[in-house]
Amino acid sequence: MALFSNLLGRMFSGKKPAPTQVVPLKDERTFVAQKHSCPACHTHLDEGELERNLFVCPQCSHHFRITPVERIKFLSDPGTFQEFSSEVQTTNPIGFPGYEAKLNEAKAATGLADAILNGFVQIDGRKAIFSIMTFKFMGGSMGSVAGEKLTRALLTGIEKRLPVILFTTSGGMRMQEGIFSLMQMAKTSAAIAQMELSQIPLFVVLTDPTYGGVTASFAMLGDVIIAEPGASIGFAGPRVIESTIRQKLPEGFQKSEFLLQKGFIDAIVSRAELKKTLGFLIDTHMARLKVR
Amino acid sequence: MDQTEIQKKIQELQSLAEKSSVDIQSDLKRLQEKLSEGRVTPQDLWKRVLLARNSDRPTTLEVISHITEQFLELHGDRVFGDDPALVGGVGLMDGRPITFIGHQKGRNMKENIRRNYGWAHPEGYRKALRLAHEAEKFGRPLVTFIDTAGAYPGLAAEERGIGEAIARNLKEFALLKIPVICFILGEGGSGGAIGIAVGNEVFMLENSYYSVISPEGCASILMRDPSKAPEAAAQLKMQPQDLLSFGVIDGIIPEPPGGAHTDHAYTAANIKQQILESLKRLEQKTGEQLARERMTKFLAMGRFVEEEGSKQNFFQRLFGLNKKN
Ligand SMILES: [Zn+2]
Repeated sequence: MALFSNLLGRMFSGKKPAPTQVVPLKDERTFVAQKHSCPACHTHLDEGELERNLFVCPQCSHHFRITPVERIKFLSDPGTFQEFSSEVQTTNPIGFPGYEAKLNEAKAATGLADAILNGFVQIDGRKAIFSIMTFKFMGGSMGSVAGEKLTRALLTGIEKRLPVILFTTSGGMRMQEGIFSLMQMAKTSAAIAQMELSQIPLFVVLTDPTYGGVTASFAMLGDVIIAEPGASIGFAGPRVIESTIRQKLPEGFQKSEFLLQKGFIDAIVSRAELKKTLGFLIDTHMARLKVR
Repeated sequence: MDQTEIQKKIQELQSLAEKSSVDIQSDLKRLQEKLSEGRVTPQDLWKRVLLARNSDRPTTLEVISHITEQFLELHGDRVFGDDPALVGGVGLMDGRPITFIGHQKGRNMKENIRRNYGWAHPEGYRKALRLAHEAEKFGRPLVTFIDTAGAYPGLAAEERGIGEAIARNLKEFALLKIPVICFILGEGGSGGAIGIAVGNEVFMLENSYYSVISPEGCASILMRDPSKAPEAAAQLKMQPQDLLSFGVIDGIIPEPPGGAHTDHAYTAANIKQQILESLKRLEQKTGEQLARERMTKFLAMGRFVEEEGSKQNFFQRLFGLNKKN
């Protein structure tokens, strides 16, 4: 999608980032490792300190992007994560030139099979399903495998009567899968429609960055939608919008705080508070189902 | 005959076909089929992309006026405003009530400024959903026409939640208990297109396209060169024959030789015929069946591989759940 282009274009073109982007989209953690300072506020910061603080800057609260494995570690009870649907593997559905090579590159760089990881977890003893996206796998782009895995997470939630928690980060749909990637928007939304009929709660946690077809489908369909502070969330990317309207975008445009003010998310929750908040949401949403 | 010869012959026949002789048209069709079976160059495909964008192509409101005896446009999303880029209303087709919605492009610059070139805002998608629910309430079938380069990538669209508006439509359209039939008239541009294209049956006009990204966008990201759009268009496999072979669409609506813009009435008649055929099938089903079939159809979309020994059938489980509910 258009915005996928924007993000990827910015990552690879070497051009200066758009003015609305406080932190460059290159790997921020490499920045910390090399410069021993926070890319957002430039205070002294070392890697160990950063990790102990859940990859949140103690000075300015900048939330660094984290991997699915780190998210599991920070948000679920130790040793409870049990992966499922790993048997779903990516293919080249429209024979797009160069797609296999890109997939192999991404697999080697992340150790993951595609941009999404599913598993059963416990949150302070409460059972739940996590479906976690990663931006490091081809910009978190959603193709057939991400769509299928997400769908299976939702349907498994219905089947096992467990709450589902989605962590989004994506540049948009995966154009190398052509129309099949576009169809994942309708597919995942249909699964959520099915979930709605079954009254199983869906919680969405929007993380930096979430764009394109993901924003225009499951990311905006949670019963409760939470965002991490300072995350960029939108449909079209800022550069595409700037070139359309031919003017600079206002400060804070498409940030979590902007979405909260415009009424599109329920709450902004810091990473340190997130586990407790998810536990509370499960308690308040699963009470009736437990009684049965 | 080699390819250039076939093309030359097609051009010859096209100029003759202005007189609209049936024999010539069928010859032309046969030749075009022959061409599509053989090796088609990106340039050949590109001509069809340009046809899909032709400003004289029949628009949503023109198609509606051709196929209905009477039509009343219904405006507004009841929350923010009315979007002239996405229109809708109720009509009578052969005496039967149908709700129509669709993207609306202009014919000239002045109209296009009002219609925003068919790039809709959130209020357009919310109006579409309002009309879909209104159709469901009164048991009317819903017919949608898709013709947009995409949802509008602007500041106001983001402020009013274009992502949320499309997302909600995708979920709610899946649940509609009425027949939903969709036609890609010209451009089927990514999220803005699918936002009104979750149908029981989806058709594409012969020279339309339906894609996750514009060929120009794809070319500028992957080839760093927007002028390579014809190549990208071929690689994206975004034309009706491709999508039909993928099982993503249900059929192709024939256009007159030379393209839909050469004969609006003929094009509209073919669309009407398809609506009648589809309704004959779909109106035999209950609302529950229609919703379930639509949902299951989209749940099955996608191509991936599964390792041996892990053949869990999620759809069967889904049906099991449905029975319980
Ligand atoms: Zn900082």
